[in-house]
Amino acid sequence: MAFLDNLINGISLGSIYAVIALGYTLVYGIAKMLNFAHGDVIMVGGYVIYTAMSSLQFNPYLSVLMAICACTILGIVIEKVAYKPLRQATSLAVLITAIGVSYFLQNMALLIFGEKPVSFKSVIDIPNIKLFDGQITIKSETTASIVISVIIVIGLSLFVNKTKSGRAMLAVSEDKDAAQLMGINVNRTISLTFAIGSGLAAIAGALLCSTYPVLSNTTGAMPGIKAFVAAVFGGIGSIPGAMIGGLLIGVIEILGRAYISPQLADAIVFAVLIVVLMVKPTGILGKKVNEKV
Amino acid sequence: MAMLEIKDLSVYYGVIQALKGISFEVNEGEVIALIGANGAGKTTTLHTLTGILPAKSGSIKYNGVELTKIPAHKIVKMGIAHVPEGRRIFQQLTVLDNLKLGAFTRKDKEGIAADMAKVYELFPRLEERKSQIAGTLSGGEQQMLAMGRALMSNPKIIVMDEPSMGLSPIFVSEIFDIIESIRKDGLTVLLVEQNAKKALAIADRAYVLETGRITLSGKASDLINDEKVKKAYLGE
Repeated sequence: MAFLDNLINGISLGSIYAVIALGYTLVYGIAKMLNFAHGDVIMVGGYVIYTAMSSLQFNPYLSVLMAICACTILGIVIEKVAYKPLRQATSLAVLITAIGVSYFLQNMALLIFGEKPVSFKSVIDIPNIKLFDGQITIKSETTASIVISVIIVIGLSLFVNKTKSGRAMLAVSEDKDAAQLMGINVNRTISLTFAIGSGLAAIAGALLCSTYPVLSNTTGAMPGIKAFVAAVFGGIGSIPGAMIGGLLIGVIEILGRAYISPQLADAIVFAVLIVVLMVKPTGILGKKVNEKV
Repeated sequence: MAMLEIKDLSVYYGVIQALKGISFEVNEGEVIALIGANGAGKTTTLHTLTGILPAKSGSIKYNGVELTKIPAHKIVKMGIAHVPEGRRIFQQLTVLDNLKLGAFTRKDKEGIAADMAKVYELFPRLEERKSQIAGTLSGGEQQMLAMGRALMSNPKIIVMDEPSMGLSPIFVSEIFDIIESIRKDGLTVLLVEQNAKKALAIADRAYVLETGRITLSGKASDLINDEKVKKAYLGE
């Protein structure tokens, strides 16, 4: 039963990684850049919810909605201010800028909320599920994480493949110049991508902080990196890949922690990534890159 | 007034001047060929025309409207479609999705459906393969898709960059037959080609580009008999 318990916890954590990984994968797929500040947007989302609930006495759902709006706007602003001027720059310059944005967000949070972590009150108020006469309890946060991540993956796949804006994203992802020749506004499409990714980060923040209820200015950093690993693992640029990668990373991490070594859990995650990339460099569902001639 | 009026157009790639003040015009209903060797500036001309590249100086007037300050994504809506060099179709999307993207700026559902039918009539092969992933098409079929995609924007003028490049002789003839039938539909065509013989055979007038300058221009039927053109571009 302990194994089942661990597995469920792994899937729960993996679902949260999946939601974060979707943000990474979308932005990478369309803007062809790694937004290392993505994890810190999660933290900002967490603080928005915390502030709305504790200082403003808002109800949890309204607080999450506020966080989604705030992070969506934050994502658009980050892209406009930090990344858009670098559209023609080398990818290294963009990467360094992303790291800079990440530190900026962390330090702003430090300045506003102080260094002492705050305890986060869960935003989820559905009942726990008991299985096998109470031998296994599926916590409400677990149920919520899994259900919400599945809804997001399906919704996002439908959006990208079935709507006009989604097809524009696919076109920009493949060939920016050709997309412009179709009349697609590339800048607006990239902006939309950041908006969606950052909005998802807010949801991930709500789930993450509800499951692990301690919030500090570095809360988003490690989950951000793990989710990035998940995105690469699943095949960066692929929406189902992000989901599969997230789940696998979550399960490997929790099982590694339980059965191998709590200290080595993170190392195991990265070791598995290295092995996967040696066997299949594009990740599990990664597409072969068509080099343009 | 010419439909398209290019005056003293200069374009740079970094410090290299790719176009050194070229001027030419395209009248409504004409097929104009732009011929020249590799690196003469043909593709640069088309890219500047449709806003992919910025002009350093000079002007491009389309029905009297200055194009050089208009972003690329707005130009297609004005009625200029661009079939880019190397086709540049969306390889990972289906043939149908590619065609739909061609009509991205349009909202007239009936018009789009009618144009889709027209494209299928022109390229029956595309209809047969509409749910196929575009990257799996043969080179000639990809070129047809690129042309069909451009037609889906319901253009007034279509600019084509090396549509016959890398195709087998059968496909080359087919592509030129299609250009012929596009012009019969009243579309204006600006054609960039290395296959100068075929291009001059189909065009009304032509311009010869050499290292960023127009060195020769005139009726295509005259140019095809011009000794210099024969020697340099027709391999005679």
